[in-house]
Amino acid sequence: MKIVVCVKQVPDTASEKALRSEDSTLDRDAVDAVMNEMDEFAVEEALQLAERTDGEVTVLLMGPDQGTETIRKALSMGAHKGIHVVDDALHGSDAVATSAVLAAALASEEGAGGAYDLIILGSEASDARTSLVPAMLAERLGLPQLTFAQKVDTDGANVTVERLTDYGHDVVTSGLPAVVSVVEKINEPRYPSFKGIMAAKKKPVSTLDLGDLGLDAAEVGAAGAWSKVEDFAVRPPRTTGELVKDEGDGGKQLVSFLASRKLV
Amino acid sequence: MAEVLVLVDHVDGAVRKPTLELLTIARRIGEPVAVHLGAGADTAASTLGEYGATRVLAADAPEFGGYLVVPKVDALEQAVEAVGPVAVLVPSSAEGKEIAARLAVRLGSGLITDAVDLEAGDDGPVATQSAFAAAFTVKSRVTNGVPVITVKPNSAAPEAASAAGAVEPLEVSFGDAAKGTKVVSRTPRESTGRPELTEAAIVVSGGRGVNGAENFHVVESLADSLGAAVGASRAAVDAGWYPHTNQVGQTGKTVSPQLYIAAGISGAIQHRAGMQTSKTIVAINKDAEAPIFDLVDYGVVGDLFQVLPQLTEEVESRKG
Ligand SMILES: Cc1cc2nc3c(=O)[nH]c(=O)nc-3n(C[C@H](O)[C@H](O)[C@H](O)COP(=O)(O)OP(=O)(O)OC[C@H]3O[C@@H](n4cnc5c(N)ncnc54)[C@H](O)[C@@H]3O)c2cc1C
Ligand SMILES: Cc1cc2nc3c(=O)[nH]c(=O)nc-3n(C[C@H](O)[C@H](O)[C@H](O)COP(=O)(O)OP(=O)(O)OC[C@H]3O[C@@H](n4cnc5c(N)ncnc54)[C@H](O)[C@@H]3O)c2cc1C
Repeated sequence: MKIVVCVKQVPDTASEKALRSEDSTLDRDAVDAVMNEMDEFAVEEALQLAERTDGEVTVLLMGPDQGTETIRKALSMGAHKGIHVVDDALHGSDAVATSAVLAAALASEEGAGGAYDLIILGSEASDARTSLVPAMLAERLGLPQLTFAQKVDTDGANVTVERLTDYGHDVVTSGLPAVVSVVEKINEPRYPSFKGIMAAKKKPVSTLDLGDLGLDAAEVGAAGAWSKVEDFAVRPPRTTGELVKDEGDGGKQLVSFLASRKLV
Repeated sequence: MAEVLVLVDHVDGAVRKPTLELLTIARRIGEPVAVHLGAGADTAASTLGEYGATRVLAADAPEFGGYLVVPKVDALEQAVEAVGPVAVLVPSSAEGKEIAARLAVRLGSGLITDAVDLEAGDDGPVATQSAFAAAFTVKSRVTNGVPVITVKPNSAAPEAASAAGAVEPLEVSFGDAAKGTKVVSRTPRESTGRPELTEAAIVVSGGRGVNGAENFHVVESLADSLGAAVGASRAAVDAGWYPHTNQVGQTGKTVSPQLYIAAGISGAIQHRAGMQTSKTIVAINKDAEAPIFDLVDYGVVGDLFQVLPQLTEEVESRKG
């Protein structure tokens, strides 16, 4: 079984964020970059499925140069090869453009002309948190989508997924190829072993730019974005209101506060 | 006047509250036209009309329930063709966002997701989004195609504004992809009788300080006295004390209620990411140095097992 995992490099949530005043995009130089947490679960699931079916796992990442570190991490976990789409013109891409680039990379020669059985993504990137890319990618590829999976089963012809929904859970099924996105409940991602880290250094990573994908710079990045940030403001940090120590009447004091705000 | 399409979120014609919020917001940019997919359009129409829908485009077919997302995208796409709206508004639920995502790609439209506010602008609707755990407020606009915008629950108070709400059939033809993902079964979560976490006006959450599944009833009792939903920190969820569906935070749900009460939660950045836009925040924690106190409107330094039951009792007694 041939599997592609889409992984995104994101700023570490624990670090302070800044937006560039020039173009209102995230100042990615100012923060530590890590693999999107949810994507570790996607890589793990891909590896487990590949181990069961004697398959191959390709990691696909769109992002600046330092994204190589995230691809290497996936390779050191056990993925077989990487595709890195990097181009200055991609800076500021919206989800519509991101999905177009990922779809084009899958269709390219390095992407084996789209000959994949499964495309696995995280269900959400921790920086923008839009959860748009999996559904958009499925739409572009004309493939079934099985999103928010907490369990994935496949017999090589079909895939069945147990998925979390807003109101409970579903079991859904489709033929292959298909697009799957996973939630963190699905597995326990492995840590790269020393051997894995050494092996990763020799695994192939192809680097593609927009020209290689036959895409026009005007269609992607901030220039091609179909939504535009007009303005942004740093929200004033919340400040501590009143703090009281419970001397046996904390609950009563609290209810007086709630009443003063008309909340009870 | 220009028309705005609003996708209705409903259960067999019982309209969910976020749809009423959407209709209220839609009126700022045009005349709302509701799109009702599935059973119960006639039941829904009176509510939709009461909140300003001039027309209700209705379609029902087994595909809507039997297959994932794509049949609804087909229908909405055809509604866009029929109406020529100035914008399409969709509730920011997991399903709503996926419908919007695929629709935007099909229409060649830009998409703004998780808007918390929307206003009319010279070049089309301007949406407010809250970014990076609410550290930034961003105003954005769609520059290509018919704007597709998903709006978060609790972004506006629903306001009635009587309109015709006339039901009109919407003819839908399904494409090849419509039957791509078949639904084998749906298992609704066991009903707790409490409001939906992301839609609730009040949320009471418990963390590691609750110290065991058997103690969560102190959180639930307070929630019930306030008509609130129950949330939990990841620590409480990972310990198996409360279901994952109730997790609030970066890898859980984002909530933005009128009132958020955190009990026995330290206030880690990943937890804050899911609750920081709440209008009023209250915390009970026995550690005066807990970071959650940095963002509260009111905090009680004390033992939650003393404070919560007293609070519950006081709330009950005020109800008379
Ligand atoms: C605060 C903020 C708000 C935004 N709002 C919007 C908006 O309303 N509309 C819009 O169109 N764009 C928006 N964007 C831009 C959007 O976030 C980017 O286009 C981003 O590349 C894709 O969205 P995401 O990170 O939310 O991915 P998600 O859809 O949340 O990611 C899901 C999965 O997709 C895969 N994936 C995502 N990006 C990549 C990548 N670069 N390479 C490989 N795999 C990837 C990963 O598997 C990931 O787990 C916003 C950005 C920010 C910072
Ligand atoms: C990538 C990533 C994603 C994450 N996503 C999330 C997420 O979505 N949601 C989330 O919540 N966390 C998330 N976390 C975890 C987060 O970092 C914290 O570990 C977690 O929020 C801590 O939960 P807590 O506050 O309940 O526990 P703790 O930090 O242990 O705090 C417990 C608090 O309870 C207080 N306490 C104890 N007993 C009592 C008592 N009797 N009365 C009153 N107070 C008492 C203590 O003083 C303490 O402040 C994530 C972490 C990572 C790395």
